[in-house]
Parts: sequence; C-alpha cells; structure tokens
Amino acid sequence: MDAKDIVREKVTIRFAGDSGDGMQLTGSLFTNTTALEGNDLRTLPEFPAEIRAPAGTVPGVSSFQLNFGSTEIMTPGDNCDVLVAMNAAALKANLGMLKKDGVIIANTSGFDKKNLNLAKYGEENNPLEDGTLSDHQVIEVDITKLTKESLKDSDLGYKEIERSKNMFVLGLLYWMYNRPLDSTIEFLEKKFKNKPDIAEGNIKVLKEGFNYGETTEVFTDKYTVRKAPIAKGEYRSVTGNKATVLGLVSAARQSNLPLFFGSYPITPASDILHELSQLKNFGVMTFQAEDEIAAVSSAIGAAFGGSLGITSSSGPGIALKGEAIGLATMLELPLVILNVQRAGPSTGMPTKNEQADLMQALYGRNGESPIAVIAPGTPSDCFDAAFEACRIALEHMVPVILLSDGYLANGTEPWRFPQQEDLKKITVNFEPVRTGEETDKFLPYKRDERYVRSWAIPGTAGIEHRVGGLEKQDLTGDVSYDPENHQKMTKLRQAKVDAIAEFIPEQKVDSGKETGDALVIGWGSTYGSIRTAVRELIEEGMDISHAHLKYLNPFPKNLGELMEGFEHVLVPEVNNGQLVKLLRDKYFIPAKGINKITGRPFFVDELKQNIHDALSSTNS
Amino acid sequence: MLLKTRIDEHTAKGNGNSGTEEYSGKDFSSDQDVRWCPGCGDYTILKQVQNAMPEIGVDKKDIVFISGIGCAARFPYYMDTFGMHSIHGRAPAIATGLKTTRPELSVWIITGDGDSLSIGANHFVQLLRRNVNVNLLLFNNQIYGLTKGQYSPTAPEGSVSKSTPYGSIDHPFNPLSLSLGADGTFIARAMDRDPRHLQKMLQRTHAHQGASMLEIYQNCIVFNDGAFELFTDKKSRPREAIYLEQDEPLIFGKENDRGIWLDGLTPRIVNLEEDGVSKDDLWIHDEQDKTKAYLLSRFFDQPRAGNDHMPRPFGVLYAEERPTYDDGVNAQMDEVIERKGEGNLDELLRGPETWRVD
Ligand SMILES: Cc1ncc(C[n+]2csc(CCOP(=O)(O)OP(=O)(O)O)c2C)c(N)n1
Ligand code: SF4
Ligand SMILES: [Mg+2]
Repeated sequence: MDAKDIVREKVTIRFAGDSGDGMQLTGSLFTNTTALEGNDLRTLPEFPAEIRAPAGTVPGVSSFQLNFGSTEIMTPGDNCDVLVAMNAAALKANLGMLKKDGVIIANTSGFDKKNLNLAKYGEENNPLEDGTLSDHQVIEVDITKLTKESLKDSDLGYKEIERSKNMFVLGLLYWMYNRPLDSTIEFLEKKFKNKPDIAEGNIKVLKEGFNYGETTEVFTDKYTVRKAPIAKGEYRSVTGNKATVLGLVSAARQSNLPLFFGSYPITPASDILHELSQLKNFGVMTFQAEDEIAAVSSAIGAAFGGSLGITSSSGPGIALKGEAIGLATMLELPLVILNVQRAGPSTGMPTKNEQADLMQALYGRNGESPIAVIAPGTPSDCFDAAFEACRIALEHMVPVILLSDGYLANGTEPWRFPQQEDLKKITVNFEPVRTGEETDKFLPYKRDERYVRSWAIPGTAGIEHRVGGLEKQDLTGDVSYDPENHQKMTKLRQAKVDAIAEFIPEQKVDSGKETGDALVIGWGSTYGSIRTAVRELIEEGMDISHAHLKYLNPFPKNLGELMEGFEHVLVPEVNNGQLVKLLRDKYFIPAKGINKITGRPFFVDELKQNIHDALSSTNS
Repeated sequence: MLLKTRIDEHTAKGNGNSGTEEYSGKDFSSDQDVRWCPGCGDYTILKQVQNAMPEIGVDKKDIVFISGIGCAARFPYYMDTFGMHSIHGRAPAIATGLKTTRPELSVWIITGDGDSLSIGANHFVQLLRRNVNVNLLLFNNQIYGLTKGQYSPTAPEGSVSKSTPYGSIDHPFNPLSLSLGADGTFIARAMDRDPRHLQKMLQRTHAHQGASMLEIYQNCIVFNDGAFELFTDKKSRPREAIYLEQDEPLIFGKENDRGIWLDGLTPRIVNLEEDGVSKDDLWIHDEQDKTKAYLLSRFFDQPRAGNDHMPRPFGVLYAEERPTYDDGVNAQMDEVIERKGEGNLDELLRGPETWRVD
C-alpha cells in the first residue's frame, strides 16, 4: 500500500532528544532543505539550562522547533504537529508541546528500562505502552537498532555509529515531507571531507531512513508543503544575535569608525561577543571585561576616544551597568547598550524568554536620565535595529538601548540580506582642530539645532577640555551647581532625546486599516505572533489592526494620532504590562494589556482568544 | 591598527601640535578654581604633575586624565589636558577602553584609596594583570575624604573615624603587595611632602611601558591629618623612610648609619658602625627582582617609637618589561588583517550559505 500524499499549508516539527543526540543539527539540516524548497519558515532551538546535564534525564533534553509553510510564516509555531522523541526524557519534556492528535515518532531503544528510569517515568511505566499517548498517533521505530544494522559492515566505531542515528530520523522525515536529500548529502560530504568514512556512514543512514519510510508500512500518510509566495531575491538564514552582529559591523563601516565592544558573558547575549571577536579584520575590537560595569565603562572610554563604543548583556548585567549608562548620558557621548532580555527578576530563568526590561531601559537609572530605546521585532530585524541604534547614538550623541530577547536571539528566519550599497551612511563629525587664531572659545557643550553637542576627541589640538558626571554649566561644560542651570540642562538632555523623533520613521499600521475598532500594539519579539493572530482575525471578519513599535523612546511622532483612530487599543506583552503603562501615561488612553509571563512566547491561538476576551470585556 | 578609520583621518589632518615643548607646568593648569581644602596634600601632587607634563615629551593634545570619584578624583578638572571625571572606582576600566582604541595617547588615572581599593578594587587588579599601558596615581590618604571622614580600606586596624567610632576592625590592604600579587609591572611609592622625589617618580611612572602604579601618600588635613607624619616629617623621616635606588644598598638613618641586610629571606636592620657590616654586605636594590620586591612591600609595620621595625620604602620597588595589553590587542588585529585581508562587508552579510527565490 502506498502512503497517501496530503497537502498541508503549515507544519510544525519538533526534534527532541538528549543533548548528545544531535537534534540541533538535524533540525538545522531539515530547515536548510526546507528553505531551498521555497517554504517560508521560522525556527527556535531550546537548549538545556545545564551544560552537561546527565544523559537521558529531562534536564538534558535539547530540542529544535521548525515551523514551515506555503504561506507567510512569522513564528516558530505554537504546538507542534510532529514530535520526534529520541528517548523517554525527550517525550516527557516536550509532550505538552504536541497538538492533540499530533504525531510522535519515538525511538523505541530510547524507551528501555534505563531510559524510563532516567526520565523518571519508572521502568514499569512505558508511555508508549500504557495508553497515556492515546490522543496522539504514535509511530514506533527502533532508530538506534536500525542505524546499527545499517552500519554493521562499516569501520566506524561504536560512538560514531551511535552518533549517526539522527541521520536516520532526518531521512525518515525527508520521506514524510517529500524533501530531497541532496543538500544534506552535500553538507555531509563537505563537513567530513577529511573523514570520508564518517561522511559515507552518515549518508548511508540518511538514505536508509528515507527508504524505511518508503518500504515499510508504518506510515500511512506523507505530506506535501508547497512553495510559499516569498519575495524574489537572494536569502540566507540568520539568528537574531547574528543579525545584531551584522548590524553593528555595518554601522561601524557606514560611519567609518572602529568598533569597540566591551562585554561580560551572559545567556542569551554571549554569542554576540563570540561572533564579534572573530571579526577583527573589520576593525572590531572586543574586550571581555571583568564584569558588566567594566564592560560598559570600557565602551565609554572608547567612545570618548572616538570609537563606536558598544556593550552587551542581559537584564542582570544591564542593572549593573546603570550608573555608567547615566554617566554616558551626562557626558553626552554615543554608546550602544544591547540587552538580550531573559526572564527575570534577578537570575530568573536564564534560558526562558521575557520582554520585561522595558521600564529598566527607560527608567532604570538615577536622576532624570533619558536615553533612546529601540527594539527589533524579528530575528532579521535585529540587523536594522542594531544599525539604527548605532546611527542614533552617533548622530545624536546619546546612549541607545537595544532590547532584543532570547526568542529573537536564537530564532532563525530566512533573510533577504542587504548589500552594503543599500545601507545608509552615518554622519559623524569630530570637532576640528583649533589653531589659536579663532575669535571664539571652544565650548564642549554647545549644541546644534537638534540639541546635539559635537564629538571632541583627544588628539585634537586646541580643544583640550574636561567632561564628567557632575552637572555641567550649559555651553562651557564647567562644573555647576546653579539651580537654574540644572533645570536647563535636564530639559536640554530630554529635548535632545525627544528631537530624535524627527529623525525616525512615522509609525505605520502593519496589518489592517489605518482606523477602526481595535488596534493591537506590540513591541519586540511578539511581532510574529501578533501579526499572525491579527491577520487571522481580520480574515475571520474582525475590524482589527496591528501596529508594532520599533522605536520605544522617543515614540514616533504620529503614534498618538494613530491610536486616536481606534476605539480600543490592546497591548500584548510578554511581561506584566509595561508598554501599556507608557502609552496610558503619555497619551491618556485606556489601553488594555494582554500579558503572558510563562517564559514562553505568545501562541497565536491563545492570543486570538485573549484579544476576543479583552474586547468583549471592554465592550460590556 | 592597520585598518584606517575616521579617527586616523581626523588626527592626521594636521592636528598638529599644541607646542608643548615650550610649555611650563603653569601651562597645564586649567581655568578652574582648585577646590581642595587649604593645606590638602593634593595641591602639591597637582603641582608636581603639572610640572612633570612638559618633561614627558608628549603633546598636550595627546594627554588624557581619567579619574573616578573622591577628593583626589577632582584632579582632571585642574589639568589643561583632555580629561574625564567619571564614576566611583571605574576609571581603570574607562582608561582601558580608551588606551586600547587610542594607544598613541598618554593616559593617566587618578584615584583615591577608596576609589581604587574598595569600590574599584576589581578594576584596579585587572588593569595591573592586563598591563594596560597607562599611569595610575593612587592618592592614599587612608580615609574617605569626599564623604567626610569614614575609614578606608587602607586605614590601619583600630582607626577611629566617623563610621568607626570604636576603632575599625578590618585588616587593611597593603596596596603594593596587592599590586605585586596582581602581577603589576611597575610598582612605586612616593609622598606629597617630598616633591622632588615625587617628581622623579612621576617621570619613571610615565617612562614605564605598561601599567604603572604609583602610590602617593597624601595628607588629608581635615579628616586624617598626620597619617603619614612619621614618614613625611623631616625629623622622623630618616628613621622611618628608606629611599630605594637601583643598584644601591639599602641604607637609611639620620647619619646614613643603618642598613638592611638580607639574612636568607629575612631582612635585618644593622648598624653600619656598630655591627661591623660594610655597605657591600647590605641588600642591594634590584627593581627587577620580584622576590625582593615582595619582601620590600612587606615593610609595612606601623611606624612607631623604637628601632626594631622596618622603615617604609619609597621609590620603585619593582619594574618589569612585559608586553602591554593595548599593544597585544592591536598587534593581534593587525595580524588578522594581514592574514585575512580587510573584511568585505558584502561577503559578511551574505554569510556562508545562500539560496535564491525566483
Ligand atoms: C557609587 C557611589 N558610591 C558612593 C559614592 C560616595 N563616595 C564618593 S567619594 C567616596 C570615597 C572616596 O574615597 P577616596 O577614594 O579615598 O577619595 P578621597 O576623597 O579620599 O580622595 C565615596 C564613598 C559615590 N560617589 N558613588
Ligand atoms: S577632605 Fe581631605 S582629601 Fe579632601 S580636599 Fe580636604 S584635605 Fe584634601
Ligand atoms: Mg582617600
């Protein structure tokens, strides 16, 4: 009997196994093939919080989720259609993420007594046998055994054979979703160029996985997901952290400045440090400081010297940087601060997601200390946001916080990457040298019409001057405790940040009409879920629109006006209600929050329900 | 750095010269009124630093003073160079960022004992171990001056201060031992009340390639007057202080009649006249000897009456040539650029793998 071929619009697959099972690679390879097949897609890996959690246990499970389709895909998917469980722990950790009547592909060797005990099911309670999975379609395959069988004549050692079993799963899924094997074969040949027997073994197992689907009758269905209508062009896959790195390096190029990056490792921001440290030939200097305070301070020192000074961290580290960010505000030097947010407070849940540092970004310093805040909405948008953060910092002589998060940082999507010639130029003018013949005195805190002072760097004769964290007299920069002057300077620093609104794009509606009944406003990594939810609601006949904020301080000039065009404003956030407070405060509107604080992103269905609920309670 | 940027364009555009060679110390004093208490030791240090500037052969436009917070930290405002009065304890980190990106600058850190040894102690030791090529002047007055008289991490046990009315309990830092422990490459001590020696030490501090740590005993006349009096007072100084000179024997005393003899690893005070020891038998100072430098840094007895305790050493205890952090970072950048060529942004944006959608 041939398997039935069913056409699907969207599919979500979750690969789950022990950290050593190679699920990240399996997921990435399936993703690459899927991209080449012309689907739109999003992915999200989930790593164990512990580095070397014991094999076979629930904390040791690593997973990778891929959502792909023939329509626009904006999220890594809610619950999955297919769960690959390489062992009992992987099933236990991920079963909650599987749709009702979803498919489980279970590696039966991973459900032996030992694995059942390690997963804390207990050896008597095999979920494959005791009926707990009756809501789902379970496909049992002894992947470990079949892999060993397939390689029994090869010279590979036990370990290498054991490691190849992920290729069997991959082959099987390629069969299930009608995907070709060539790009994976090519990858394996390249990766193991110097170890041809490993390449050969992996390819053999991959093919046998595919054939297993073809020849056995375990599977009754296979699926086709057609090409998505994607804009023409050349694409690459990119994570949020990678896109951030590219945005920073591009900004350094477009301003022709050296990039100095001071950082202290922290999840989920560390990859930015790792990636930048490889780019020395782009004029990128990285400094792994002794702590976050030194990291930001070193970046301030570099900025004082005329470099593009950048620092990165996550919430706890940003808290430590607060005093120094205040210093940069006072010095009026350009500084970019990356916060790849994670669930807090305190150490919180380092590997879980949250967007709860917005208030910290805006207000988390002593005194009146306004700075610019900007947030990307998708992994590839991290490129634009990082570039913009640098542009604003450099052109407006102000610290800028970029609020990314773990969901963006590790998520991938296809990206129609730009060419250098498409990028904006960033204008930087250093204060010129003085010969002594000038009639006026050099005034370090003299401003232009945008309230921006000039960047006066050491090494420039005739403009030797002192700056500091003490309040300074307008124009001269001399220390001043004059009451009127302090009020004036406080207002000037605020006016400078407010004036940035003239140099950023106006707020647009992303989906839906420009006016109407309900406007859903989001920021940051909720973009994909909100966009998908709102589009579905529009299709279902609802009068609803979506606008997504990238510029959080200052807000785009027209934001108030835009919101006035709607009866209701709803603000979904993965926090306890932060943007909603800002909007209510600034625009006196009865905006309503929709909040999720589980360490996980919004699901589309749940968000749709929340929007319905919020609107019906408002209307009643 | 091989890669040329806007900074190079800017500084190469005939940014010329402030004509420092023709300057005197006065030309380094800024237009700001100096606001320390009358009689504060900071004044003499300021004067000596200003006097040192024309001597070091660096153009004014290339000199930067960076400080933290404290009385001492006001210092940059009074120097007519580039300067930054930053936040409490962080000057070493700021200086590291500046010096690494702009190695051609002469960067000076001004810090107090609280600034560098309590709130900023981490940055202080990290600067020394990295050996960033900057000059750090540690104004030690054994008190928090700016916050009006609390004991500091260098205050001796039992110090009575605003916050320790019954005497402090905690054991103080020995800044020179700490610096040696952090593998500092230049470790020296001077005092405000001996300007000539201080001047000499400032020149040495500048001349050293690497992180130079000069501790300066500074009298806080208001909150801790006389903390170093036994060393600074002309009468007691010969007994309590010993000046170190390279290749010279360790001799002190009013009549230069006392010396230090190394008995194995134990230093002993000898009377040159009475004990029948000749100068040649004494400990000969060698700045490059780390073990001896450590022993010298342990000459840290509380000055007191009697003759049984070691004098406090002044001068360069230790000086070692070790590659500097800023040189290392820049050399590595150049090496990568030479090997890989200047980065191509379009290639970087493309990444290793792309696909087309038509
Ligand atoms: C973050 C922070 N904490 C505390 C202070 C208050 N404070 C300012 S200076 C100082 C101590 C300064 O002592 P020291 O470094 O010895 O300098 P001195 O005034 O003695 O020259 C303290 C505690 C501050 N400015 N910032
Ligand atoms: S308080 Fe002490 S250290 Fe501060 S200025 Fe006055 S005398 Fe100098
Ligand atoms: Mg002090």
